[in-house]
Amino acid sequence: MSERKYFSPLARGLHWAMALMILAMLFIGVAMVASTGPAYHRLVGLHRPLGIAILALAFLRLVNRVASSAPSLPTTLPQGIRILAGSSQVALYLLMIALPLVGWAMLSAGDYPVSMTGGVTLPPIVSPDPALYASLRGLHTWLALGLFGVILAHITGALVHGLLLRDGVFQAMLWRRPHASTRIE
Amino acid sequence: MSLIRQKATEKGNLGRVGVVIGVPAALAFAFIAAAGWFTPDRLTPATVVRTFDSVDGPHPGFRRNHAKGVCVSGWFEGSGQASPYSSAALFRVERSPVIGRFALAGGQPYQDDAPDKVRSLALRIMPANGSEWRMGVNDIPVFLFRNARDFNSFLIASRPEATTRKPDPARIGAFLAAHPETARALSQIKQRSLSSGFADDAYNSLDTFLFVNADRRTTPVRWAIEPEQPVSTQNNVKAGRDYLFDDLTATLAEHSLRWKLMIVLGQPGDPTADPTVAWPVGRTRIDAGTLVLDKAEGEDGGPCTGITFDPLILPEGITPSDDPIPAARSAVYARSFTARSGETKAPSAINLNSTQSGK
Repeated sequence: MSERKYFSPLARGLHWAMALMILAMLFIGVAMVASTGPAYHRLVGLHRPLGIAILALAFLRLVNRVASSAPSLPTTLPQGIRILAGSSQVALYLLMIALPLVGWAMLSAGDYPVSMTGGVTLPPIVSPDPALYASLRGLHTWLALGLFGVILAHITGALVHGLLLRDGVFQAMLWRRPHASTRIE
Repeated sequence: MSLIRQKATEKGNLGRVGVVIGVPAALAFAFIAAAGWFTPDRLTPATVVRTFDSVDGPHPGFRRNHAKGVCVSGWFEGSGQASPYSSAALFRVERSPVIGRFALAGGQPYQDDAPDKVRSLALRIMPANGSEWRMGVNDIPVFLFRNARDFNSFLIASRPEATTRKPDPARIGAFLAAHPETARALSQIKQRSLSSGFADDAYNSLDTFLFVNADRRTTPVRWAIEPEQPVSTQNNVKAGRDYLFDDLTATLAEHSLRWKLMIVLGQPGDPTADPTVAWPVGRTRIDAGTLVLDKAEGEDGGPCTGITFDPLILPEGITPSDDPIPAARSAVYARSFTARSGETKAPSAINLNSTQSGK
């Protein structure tokens, strides 16, 4: 029985687009909260619509992931690594959905307008509540740092597969066909 | 893991191991650089909030600046005359609800009222069909600083000495010598005429913003909120340490108060990036509408406490200019708002039951 060796084109497209968006988002966020300069407003103006776009794409991606099959990991991998890989992917999905939702709820609780580009303002998702705002604001930071940590682990894992193990796991997310020697057999 | 270790130590794989470690390490390095860890001199919102805490003493739960205040509410009624310059919905001939706050500048929530202390008004104007506008305006003719760094340095220089409990004149003098624009602004502020209280005071944007009309044409603007009440220069300071706020709330219990929002249209060459410099007199002024305030409430449980009057919450039709102060205020207000919202607050100085005018 032959197994799928690649993620579907939609899954690959979503992965790389979101990889760029989420990394940009994390850097915008961390630079923005440390800024009192004119860049602050521009960064905030990017951060909010980009976050909502990530949220929408994350839902699309979750549906796609559940609906279509993903290539399975090589059976040669030890059990520990397989569990680690699986749980880090669950964490990535959870965080890329939770972070924008917490951001949206935080702005709602702080009675900030959730402004997108072009004069569009999203409705609040929780009632104004300053104490809740303060808690969610802290949670937003910790989740973001957690997401960045999981992303670093994910990148390290991907590079271990792609450069050292050369077992086709990294290539499953690429377009170029792997060399015969690195195919999953 | 042993498989990875075996591959990593295989001959010729050293460069690959370098990439496996180097890429995430470089990302982590760039991330903490973006967070400002390698640039401790960078002025962050946290730095400015810490400066306020160290100069004015910690006052948990209070705004870090303009700490002594009272909530007000009412409405704004546009005249339609600003609509050729800005597409903002609130400038149309319609009423928009307003939440506001009168305050004294400074980070001390229990300071005594005095005639020459800087008074401020913060507004949140919420049109039914359009985006909201928040602002904080002050009763001085110009702002004291060109940027947030100078503001922060001045605050540090003005920190009271432990022995005298007063700022060190030598440090203030050194700052003013290095910042002639602040010395100039201070002398203009000292020369302003002082009205009797909040009700007959005029409040200025100080900062420059851009109005954008339906044809995307932009106009640099500043504005003033000018009282319709007759202006008196008598003061009631003997009435007590909260006389300004007591006068305001007593007046609002009797009748509503009205101001005109006067938009000042900038001309090419008028300084937009420097709020320490006033625009030349004689600029065209537009009567954009009337602000009516008819209710005062104490901060504790009042409608102005759970919001921050972030000056960059702007409606469609108003955008920031190259003036750096609003972005700094926006960033620092957010930090102050987060800090105070998570703290347990002592009762505010002005603590009253809802006071609504008969009208």
